[in-house]
Amino acid sequence: MEYVSPEGLRLDGRRPTEMRQLRAEIGAVAKADGSAVFEMGNTKVIAAVYGPREVQNWSQQMSDQALVRCEYSMANFSTGDRMRKPKGDRRSTEISLVIRQTMEACILTHLLPRSQIDIFVQVLQADGGTRSACINAATLALADAGIPMRDLVTSCSSGCLNRTPLLDLNYVEDSAGGPDVTVGILPTLDKVTLLQMDAKLPTDAFEDVMQLAIEGCKAIANYIKEVLQENTKQLECRRGL
Amino acid sequence: MLKSNVFNKKTRNNRIKKEVREVYLRDDIWCGASSCKTCDSSVARLTASTILVVDTNVVLNQIDLLENPAIDDVVVLSVVLDEVKNKNLSVYNRIRALCSNSLRKFYVFSNKFHKDTHVDKMDKESPNDLNDRAIRVATQWYQKHLGDTTRVLLVTNDRENKRKATEEGIFAETIESYVKSLAQPSLLDLLVQPASEDVNMEDVEDLRPSKRKLIYEEHKPMSEITSGLRRGIYHQGKLRVNRYNPFEAYVGSESIGDDIIIYGRTNMNRAFDGDIVAVELLPQDQWHEEKSLSIADEDDEDEDDVHLAPSSADDAPRTTNLVTTDEQNSVPNRPSGRVVGIIKRNWHSYCGSLEPMPMPAGSGSIAHALFVSKDRRIPKIRIQTRQLGNLLDKRIIVAVDSWDRQSRYPFGHYVRVIGEIGDTGTESEMVLIDNDIDARPFSTQILACLPPLPWSVSSKDLANPIRLDLRDLRVFSVDPPGCKDIDDALHCTALPNGNFEVGVHIADVTNFVHPGTPLDDEASKRGTSVYLVERRIDMLPKPLTEDICSLRADVERLAFSVIWEMTPEAEIVSTRYTKSIIKSCAALSYVEAQARMDDSRLMDPLTTDLRNMNTLAKIMRQRRIDRGALTLASAEVKFQIDTETHDPLDIGMYQIQEANQMVEEFMLAANVSVAEQILRHFPLCSLLRRHPSPTKEMLEPLLRTAAAIGLDLDVSSSKALADSLDRAVGDDPYFNKLIRILATRCMTQAVYFCSGDLTLSEFHHYGLAAPLYTHFTSPIRRYADVVVHRLLAASLGIYKLPSVFQDRPQLTSTADNLNYRHRNAQMASRASVELHTLIYFRKRPTDTEARIVKIRANGFIVFVPKFGIEGPVYLTPRGGQKGSGDWYVDEQQQKIVKMDGSLSYSVLQTVQIHMEVVEPQPNRPKLQLALI
Repeated sequence: MEYVSPEGLRLDGRRPTEMRQLRAEIGAVAKADGSAVFEMGNTKVIAAVYGPREVQNWSQQMSDQALVRCEYSMANFSTGDRMRKPKGDRRSTEISLVIRQTMEACILTHLLPRSQIDIFVQVLQADGGTRSACINAATLALADAGIPMRDLVTSCSSGCLNRTPLLDLNYVEDSAGGPDVTVGILPTLDKVTLLQMDAKLPTDAFEDVMQLAIEGCKAIANYIKEVLQENTKQLECRRGL
Repeated sequence: MLKSNVFNKKTRNNRIKKEVREVYLRDDIWCGASSCKTCDSSVARLTASTILVVDTNVVLNQIDLLENPAIDDVVVLSVVLDEVKNKNLSVYNRIRALCSNSLRKFYVFSNKFHKDTHVDKMDKESPNDLNDRAIRVATQWYQKHLGDTTRVLLVTNDRENKRKATEEGIFAETIESYVKSLAQPSLLDLLVQPASEDVNMEDVEDLRPSKRKLIYEEHKPMSEITSGLRRGIYHQGKLRVNRYNPFEAYVGSESIGDDIIIYGRTNMNRAFDGDIVAVELLPQDQWHEEKSLSIADEDDEDEDDVHLAPSSADDAPRTTNLVTTDEQNSVPNRPSGRVVGIIKRNWHSYCGSLEPMPMPAGSGSIAHALFVSKDRRIPKIRIQTRQLGNLLDKRIIVAVDSWDRQSRYPFGHYVRVIGEIGDTGTESEMVLIDNDIDARPFSTQILACLPPLPWSVSSKDLANPIRLDLRDLRVFSVDPPGCKDIDDALHCTALPNGNFEVGVHIADVTNFVHPGTPLDDEASKRGTSVYLVERRIDMLPKPLTEDICSLRADVERLAFSVIWEMTPEAEIVSTRYTKSIIKSCAALSYVEAQARMDDSRLMDPLTTDLRNMNTLAKIMRQRRIDRGALTLASAEVKFQIDTETHDPLDIGMYQIQEANQMVEEFMLAANVSVAEQILRHFPLCSLLRRHPSPTKEMLEPLLRTAAAIGLDLDVSSSKALADSLDRAVGDDPYFNKLIRILATRCMTQAVYFCSGDLTLSEFHHYGLAAPLYTHFTSPIRRYADVVVHRLLAASLGIYKLPSVFQDRPQLTSTADNLNYRHRNAQMASRASVELHTLIYFRKRPTDTEARIVKIRANGFIVFVPKFGIEGPVYLTPRGGQKGSGDWYVDEQQQKIVKMDGSLSYSVLQTVQIHMEVVEPQPNRPKLQLALI
């Protein structure tokens, strides 16, 4: 199958190094302490953060740092065919864990001892790259909740099809069975906090693909910063400052 | 820069599902015209003042015309490409090749993603109309974009599309009128005549009013076929036309588990050999009558109405004839049927010549001619030409376009001339074209990849730590006489501990052929060298084949070596693989090597090495045979060619000597060792070779023949078969070989495959009785070996593995291509032998001895051991009454007896025959065998 035409266009008209359109909205869930909706093309994810709050289960309380919990789920309507998405299956447990670890690495947990932070992410519409979108949404929601963080975490995926590195795979490209590299970085500190890959890739090609994903993460970071600044400006206005 | 546009699409896989896909519309897609100021001119290819935009139907039908250099400055829209790809992949590949050819001015415009030419589906608009509208929108955009200086012409054969285009103010023409406006009459021959429903064919009809009646039944619509297949009324399968009788065809059907026979063109209903068809069974009472009916129907065709069934295993009907023979005439109890629809056409271009006909008055006008293909299974093809006088004595290529119900023959169009009829060069070229072999000289880009000549081992090679210096070893090569592409050499040294060090040195082709270069691409496309009787078509350019890589005597050459330490009992103690530098001390021929070994007076070191190796090889061979390896035989023949005229002077069977077997044994061992090594390192992406066990049905003809002569063959395993073949010794020395030849025919083909695609148990090589096998020893003439060399080098950590190998689908497609090329190369060699046999016997009608290999209804198939020829011998004279009860065939006993009991023939019997070249049909000479 031809995923990149000889003219250098992908199936949806993007060039290999182009990302899908991004859109973010802060404060989608009024009840939560922080929340955000993040879209990458047709992938749409909502994140809500509760906390820092009292630890619900006493035995899990830690005296020197905060407890971070994460729950990932997919809405029943998120994919075309209305299948019941069982909670707690292998895949969502794994993604929950990945998101938790990535977010934990950037939250300054030692500043919030004996407390708990809950991150809920739900996929509203799935079109490939849900993992990355969830991390980006969670970053925004955490920032909205005012939780102290080392840096933003942004994530982006990339792959390699027809021997061309491709940025931000959509569902069709994702299901092609080629390698799929998901990278999460701390953009200001320039550190990688998440790196996952499906399938195999030769080492030299991997460098290119990962570099492309990092570029993507940085672009997302710029966008997220803009959104946060815009949001802060609005808050300023509301307070009448 | 990005504009997002979401559209909905319904797809159907079992149930209807809504799919939403994004489309990003862009403003950075350039028009590709060099006169354009606003677009990026670096990609521009269109220069003329008239630019053509082609419609899908033009690309699909007129690809031969588009490939002609007279047509240029063409815009191919992406919507057209997509549609072509869906309808016909081979045409798609051809148009893609045109677009990427830098000499042609074809430009692909991705109209789908351009912000001004993207069209949304309108309510109740069919996909076809949508595409037509998209083409018109794009044409209009081009005209507006380029302004008045350039004329943008939409070329379409769709009447509706043309009308709408003219209404919208677009210049639109049919391909015919455009070609006429070019005023190049020869181009008109390349035009495909549209099917009769599109354009009126009055002039054609007027010429042959008698043909207006419908000859063929209408094909059923696809929906009806699918439902019929599901309900089991119709049966799907590939149509295979009988090699000896073009009016008889078989369709292998899984639903019936047997072959369905189709008699006559009417029942074949316009299907070609190789088409995937849907067949309906005839009522049982018509199964026999159909036969005589079909012959009567076709009597106007002067073909030999032979009812000999095919001889080779591939198109033999897989059926046991269980008819009780108590009646006078045994009724064939095979299901027969008729074609109701064609699911997939297998039309391509065919080689042949025009049927001789008188020149019509007035040259230059359109003449209708009948084209006769070289392949007898293909019906005659009706073509129109304006250069009849020029074509009559030529071999030409013709492509098939359509076949409608009124016409007895399909319509086609002329593609190109190959050469004069009867010229050896022309006929050889036909063999190449028929087998899709590229014999063009290598391009300059490819030759640029070669190292500078004259080449010799450099000090850099010597200093390279990966290369072992083996120049002091006594390495020699043993090959057929006159071999120039020597890709293997051997050495054998006695070690102090009594063991032997045996080395197989293979030309290090991958040192010169690097992945990703044009040279490598070309080699992988060609796949293998092709050996014809009078010439060789190389896979790699001549300097590599005959000089740089060839391990000739007394020159230093780079090699890839497999070195074993072996005990005198030929047990392998250790195996080493290394790149090396060798200096062969002798390039022996098989005969020379054999003579040295046999001459007991010779005691020089080289002869001793040869003898040691031979001893080891004999042990290894015996061990292999004990494991169950088959010794098969084929009827290989050898020609002596006149150096001046290239005409064959003599033919005879190829002689195999002990030295051949010795070299073969070590090559097999090297291949097996390498296969183990690469599979260990790359379990998912190794290129291996397997030979599937033959199925019971495939061995059926062999068993039947064996049973008829009272021979008991055990085919339960390769070992059992090998043993029973060994036991099968008849009264004369040739008997055993004949049985082996018959057994070889029943075998499946060995194939290359990617190790990730199959499970370990399927890797087995039946013929060699080896669990693993690959090809490593002939990289000069086989691309598979080049691939294996790279894998082996990567497994040793010498080079990195090229990325192609890590892409499993890609390796699978490489393997598929290699299998295809390999098969074609074999077919071409065989066809070339056939051709030269014909040339040889044209001047020398011969009487000789032949063996009957198969008995058929009105004759039998004989094999001539001396020349390796096989062919039919007819017992009923031609033109005589067919199926007259003169001869009585006993299929079970494989015997044919004359009714009065005076004569009888049985299988494997020796008969005297007369061979002579006859030409029953003009330009289609064939070798006729007749009983004396």
